[in-house]
Amino acid sequence: MTLPLFFFYLFSTIVIASALMVIASRNPVHSVLFLILAFVNAAGIFMLAGAEFLALILIVVYVGAVAVLFLFVVMMLDVDFGELRRGMLQYMPVGALIGIILLLELLLVAGAAYLVPEAAGSGALPIDGGIENTRALGLVLYTRYIYLFQASGLILLVAMIGAIVLTLRHKPNVKRQDVAKQTARNKATGVEVVKVESGKGL
Amino acid sequence: MVSEFAGFASLAPAYPEMLLAVCAMALLMIGVFAKKEIAPSISGIAIGVLIAVGVLIVFGGTEGTIFAGGFINDGFARFMKVLIIAGSVFALILTVSTAADKGLNKFEYPVLIVLATLGMLMMVSANDLMSLYVGLELQSLSLYVLAAFRRDSAKATEAGLKYFVLGALSSGMLLYGASLVYGFTGHTQLDQIAQAVALGERNVGIIFGLVFLLAGLAFKISAVPFHMWTPDVYEGAPTPVTAFFASAPKVAAMALLIRIVFDAFEPIARDWQQVIIFISIASMVLAAFAAIGQRNLKRLIAFSSIGHVGFALVGLSAGNLVGVEGVAIYMAVYLTMTIGLFACILALKNEDGYVENIDDLAGLSQNRPFVAAMIAMFMFSLIGLPPLAGFFAKWHVFLAAIEARLFILAVIGMLASAVSAFYYLRVVKVMYFDEPVNSYATPAIELRFVMALTGFLVLSYYFTVGAPLAQLAHNAAGSLF
Repeated sequence: MTLPLFFFYLFSTIVIASALMVIASRNPVHSVLFLILAFVNAAGIFMLAGAEFLALILIVVYVGAVAVLFLFVVMMLDVDFGELRRGMLQYMPVGALIGIILLLELLLVAGAAYLVPEAAGSGALPIDGGIENTRALGLVLYTRYIYLFQASGLILLVAMIGAIVLTLRHKPNVKRQDVAKQTARNKATGVEVVKVESGKGL
Repeated sequence: MVSEFAGFASLAPAYPEMLLAVCAMALLMIGVFAKKEIAPSISGIAIGVLIAVGVLIVFGGTEGTIFAGGFINDGFARFMKVLIIAGSVFALILTVSTAADKGLNKFEYPVLIVLATLGMLMMVSANDLMSLYVGLELQSLSLYVLAAFRRDSAKATEAGLKYFVLGALSSGMLLYGASLVYGFTGHTQLDQIAQAVALGERNVGIIFGLVFLLAGLAFKISAVPFHMWTPDVYEGAPTPVTAFFASAPKVAAMALLIRIVFDAFEPIARDWQQVIIFISIASMVLAAFAAIGQRNLKRLIAFSSIGHVGFALVGLSAGNLVGVEGVAIYMAVYLTMTIGLFACILALKNEDGYVENIDDLAGLSQNRPFVAAMIAMFMFSLIGLPPLAGFFAKWHVFLAAIEARLFILAVIGMLASAVSAFYYLRVVKVMYFDEPVNSYATPAIELRFVMALTGFLVLSYYFTVGAPLAQLAHNAAGSLF
């Protein structure tokens, strides 16, 4: 057994096992931790396949941001996951059926490599083995795919507008720190000298 | 890879989209930094911008393919883009007097409409599976937000959420289909896919991908069996938003469907024709029967729109130039009727607010004769009675079906049309023959203007716009073949 093959089986086993644990564990925090484990091992598989850029992005974006965000949400919201999981047995047959259909379809995609072997080399942008991922992406992202790049930017803009429109509420009477106002204070506006007569009080 | 752009002038086919994108961002900035509430003026500017872009498309439209084949502007795209712009402009006009009551008086509303319109223009011009997807997502994401725009209303929020979840599902199916097509042909560009499909033998993987693509798009045009979201979303969303949903996005998704099946899958026309024929029949028949039980006007229109998508697909089933021409005419007429009908619905306001139930229309002919007459005429046109526009639209698509020897499809379509007459006529009966229960306020000036304009176009279709529209549709369809 060669070393890459060994690592492939190691990573895949851990991915599958931890993916199972994500949906099986009772404690939602454990679920998220297993999800992180699955992500990291999936990144390992990407690395083996020569897609080092994807591997690192997976770790940076999914593990570093998304999974940690998940963890925060799970810990801060008081969600009763036992309640959510109550109907599991009931939905199991349908879920299993859908899972099997998806599996068959995935096999179809994988089978294509055997049915139409020439398809692998005839991609829209065949991969040149000589240059690394990041460079290869950089070569096409702002030239050939500038349109898609810009359009994705607009989609993110819409997502941002949507999030603000749907959730932002301007609350009056909230005390906010205003640094400019604070530093603009001087002796005349900040201090009041009061002459207190003895025995009278203010 | 060196950039292919010789200069700014080489981007000429995309000028309208670029103008719209820049203006959308400018409007957003004005809205954000304005000190006071300026939603109405932003709406006004947005209407102006959209009209300017429409004029640019009509008179300054450079045709061509740019962005490494990702973006195409041809006669077909220009025809559909003008329809889309018209739909968006009228949707914004319908919002002018109703915005405050419907909770739409925020500056983000026109900005989102403009961005959704931009997404639709990109869909129509998509010449690549990836640009198709980004256009579609830009449009859909804006529409999800618009559906839930009235965030304090439980119904609107439900509509938005439902639309989002089902829309995301359909996007997933579309992407899955696209990845299968890419996997089996090795191309994402539509014309190259067509070449690869024509060269290779018939392949089950490509058929699989095609079916998934069609299913994803059927969601967007709300064709049966992917129509479930339509009635709930139409009912829950604020009425001006519903008017927008029922008009421009339908045209854009239909144009996208036409472009995919003709540009990428022309060599396996027999395969997609079966699918289109099935969803066409299912949409026409289901809508005709399901609408009978509806008591809410917006739900009724939702089912009506499902049925009309079915009729439009009759033309596409034919799979020839006459068919595409028929679909183009059908979408133009459908857009006009829908906008007019929604102008009428928005005009139905009494002291309790806006009326949406059919029973509340009782005796409308006595206190608002003009609105009642307009609704009646749009209903007759939706049934397809001559000499109204709806008749000629149906005539074109059925003619195409008969030319393609799809006699059974044509017969089923006509029967469904006859059944659907029942629920349209019931509205007319309630308005004209029942005792009045409500008194209505005078409609706002711009609603009357929209009603009169669309009513005139529908009524005088044969004598005024019919012939030029058919000629334009013919030229547009011709650019696909």
